[in-house]
Amino acid sequence: MDVFIAIVQILDSTIRLSVPLLLACLAGLFSERSGIFDIGLEGKMLVGAFAGAAAASVFHSAFIGLGMAILISVAFAMVHGFASITHRGNQIVSGVAINFIAAGSTIILGQAWFQQGGRTPALQPGERFDAIVWPGAEAVRDVPIIGPIYAELISGHSLLVYLAFLMVPFTWWVLFRTRFGLRLRAVGENPAAVDTAGISVAWLRYRALICTGILTGVAGAYLSMVQNGGFVKDMTAGKGYIALAALIFAKWKPVNAMFACLLFGFLDAAAIRLQGSPLPIIGKVPVQFMQALPYILTVILLAGFIGKAIPPRAGGVPYVKER
Amino acid sequence: MAQAAIELIGINKSFGAVRANRDINLEIARGTIHGIVGENGAGKSTLMSILYGFYQADSGEIRVGGKPASIKTPNDAIALGIGMVHQHFMLVDNFSVLENIILGAESDALLKSSIAKARSELDRLEREYGLEVDPDAIIEELPVGLQQRVEILKALYRGAEILILDEPTGVLTPAEADHLFRILKQLKEQGKTVVLITHKLREIMAITDNVSVMRQGTMVATRETSKTTVGELAELMVGRRVLLRVEKGEAEAGAVKLAVKNLTVKDSRGVTMVDDISFDLRAGEIVGIAGVAGNGQSELLEAISGIRHAVSGSVMLDGKPIDLTGAADPGELRDRGLAHVPEDRHHVGLVLAFEENENSILGYHDDPRYLKGPFLNVDAIMADAKDKIEKYDIRPGNPRLKTANFSGGNQQKIVLAREMEQDPGVLIVGQPTRGVDVGAIEFIHKRLIAMRDQGKAVLVVSVELDEIRSLSDRILVMFAGRIVGERGPEATEGELGLLMAGVERQEAAL
Repeated sequence: MDVFIAIVQILDSTIRLSVPLLLACLAGLFSERSGIFDIGLEGKMLVGAFAGAAAASVFHSAFIGLGMAILISVAFAMVHGFASITHRGNQIVSGVAINFIAAGSTIILGQAWFQQGGRTPALQPGERFDAIVWPGAEAVRDVPIIGPIYAELISGHSLLVYLAFLMVPFTWWVLFRTRFGLRLRAVGENPAAVDTAGISVAWLRYRALICTGILTGVAGAYLSMVQNGGFVKDMTAGKGYIALAALIFAKWKPVNAMFACLLFGFLDAAAIRLQGSPLPIIGKVPVQFMQALPYILTVILLAGFIGKAIPPRAGGVPYVKER
Repeated sequence: MAQAAIELIGINKSFGAVRANRDINLEIARGTIHGIVGENGAGKSTLMSILYGFYQADSGEIRVGGKPASIKTPNDAIALGIGMVHQHFMLVDNFSVLENIILGAESDALLKSSIAKARSELDRLEREYGLEVDPDAIIEELPVGLQQRVEILKALYRGAEILILDEPTGVLTPAEADHLFRILKQLKEQGKTVVLITHKLREIMAITDNVSVMRQGTMVATRETSKTTVGELAELMVGRRVLLRVEKGEAEAGAVKLAVKNLTVKDSRGVTMVDDISFDLRAGEIVGIAGVAGNGQSELLEAISGIRHAVSGSVMLDGKPIDLTGAADPGELRDRGLAHVPEDRHHVGLVLAFEENENSILGYHDDPRYLKGPFLNVDAIMADAKDKIEKYDIRPGNPRLKTANFSGGNQQKIVLAREMEQDPGVLIVGQPTRGVDVGAIEFIHKRLIAMRDQGKAVLVVSVELDEIRSLSDRILVMFAGRIVGERGPEATEGELGLLMAGVERQEAAL
């Protein structure tokens, strides 16, 4: 039974840890499906986290925080769009620039406004998204097997967790069942076909980036307002890049993206859980190894285990009308 | 003349310093097939792109059905009933036929009703025009001819009354092209207006009612097709008389220079592309390999020229074997007197970012003529480049110019000059005149025949039947990786076309 509880706990933290990855991964899915590479997921999450925590703490409202996180993150996405769509700049350079601006400006503004070494004040109850306890969760907790699964895994997460997982079928539906999704997929494959069909390539890609901004904003808000009680500098800690790796894993498909993010979340959860405790047979595994595992796994799997991951064909290429 | 479907009045368009269209006037009658011919870069595609709203004219007026029309975007053109089938298909390769058809013409925000509507509409178009295609097929899995059909359906689905086709037959087999022409005639009978842009005069003569000729951005003449000749149109296009068929004497075939035996080549996916091919190439003859693109010609060329490795078989050059394991160094083959003009000059034949003089010695840069100790002898290279420019009439005649800035025909001349001037014993040429205009074609053909008359062995691979027929002393036809027939230069187009489509083989199998 101890093992079972331990497994449930690891799975529970798997869910918590995969949420920011999942949101960022879906965010990347929108932009990359439209043909805009977005290495700036990391930066947009970071500004989202900062804006969310700062606004929540000043206005004492979690929802104002979330709104501000989305707003600022979308604004950064628009900068990326302005550079790479309107001015046809290099998307990687623009994305990297956004990451640098995000890392620097959050610390500077945080220090200037709150004087806590770049942190935002610790969020009080009501300023953060608290766990939602489902009806009957406490009552069934002691029922074997089902009890802990219901109480730990299903119940007791914040609103944003449920939102993140609902985004998976929603994203699928948008991409494959709506006009916007059809055009979005088309513009990432062959923008000239979209252009000759009388649809604006630029406006379509901007809308895709707005979706990206919204989702990275939510991801950032989750980091600073759910997982942590406030903003800490560089708190995204590479999650934006792992989300990109997950996106490649997932071959740019929403449901696959969820599984890829759960896998990375699981590795993270296992790394934390196993910290310092020896594994059977292998013995003690250095923490650094466990932390490096998602990256190692990405390299190994991408080197041939998942089959060919074909990115959207127009990805990374600014659209110029052919002569 | 019937009422005009489209009138263009005084259209001007410049791209930077280049005047792509100057003062174009054109009237296209309703319910006719109107051909527009001209050399590459004559401004045909630009003019049609203006009509389709892809570009804006700098000045001029467009009238559709007698009324002045403002066409600022493709949407405006579509709304006026103008549809376009582009030279490079505007399809999303990994979408289904239905998805491509509805893209941009969806009836509401959700796809379900649009797809249902498109499905029934496709059904109707199929019945009316015989345009059969599986609505659920994925575009990249369809042959080119069907992809083009999807483009036509796309236009018809949007209610096109006027259909513009830009170089529609460049990618088609003769049989597919004939089928396309039948479809176009049927569209005409249904009252649609068809505008056909091409540089193939044969097509113009075959199906158009009227023809307009463009040259260097101007409209030089419009004729009734029945009252003109291929000769007159060619002259109008080029501005001088051209030889449509280069004169040549009998071949005096000598010793075997290149012997290919039981050669089998697979592509990177492991599919057999060249299947047990054998033939000889003799000194003093031109052997042409005809076939629809993708039937193994490219792989055959690559194997012989040492770029791609062969699975089995042998190739003897002057009686000595060529290493086919893939370890063969094309440089070594060059030293043994085998020169190769690759099919794809942009990716294999040239470095576009280099200056002309650098490309004109590329691959031969180890030749002591171009070296001064371990360094390149720039003076010698420049002198050599100038010499080639003069001999091959490469324009503009500036060896310092970046190769990307030369037109396709002149780029091809740069490659040809480089390979021919090495005086090779065997010359292998892939698509000698792809994307090259009439004047340059004539020049290139003359050069190839001159090589032959000097006793060189020349192997030409081309998808242009006219070219194969006018150059070759012997014609080999490839289909599905095999040589399905050998004919003399007197073979008719129809006969070769059937072989290219693999018809004879299928009949033999029955």
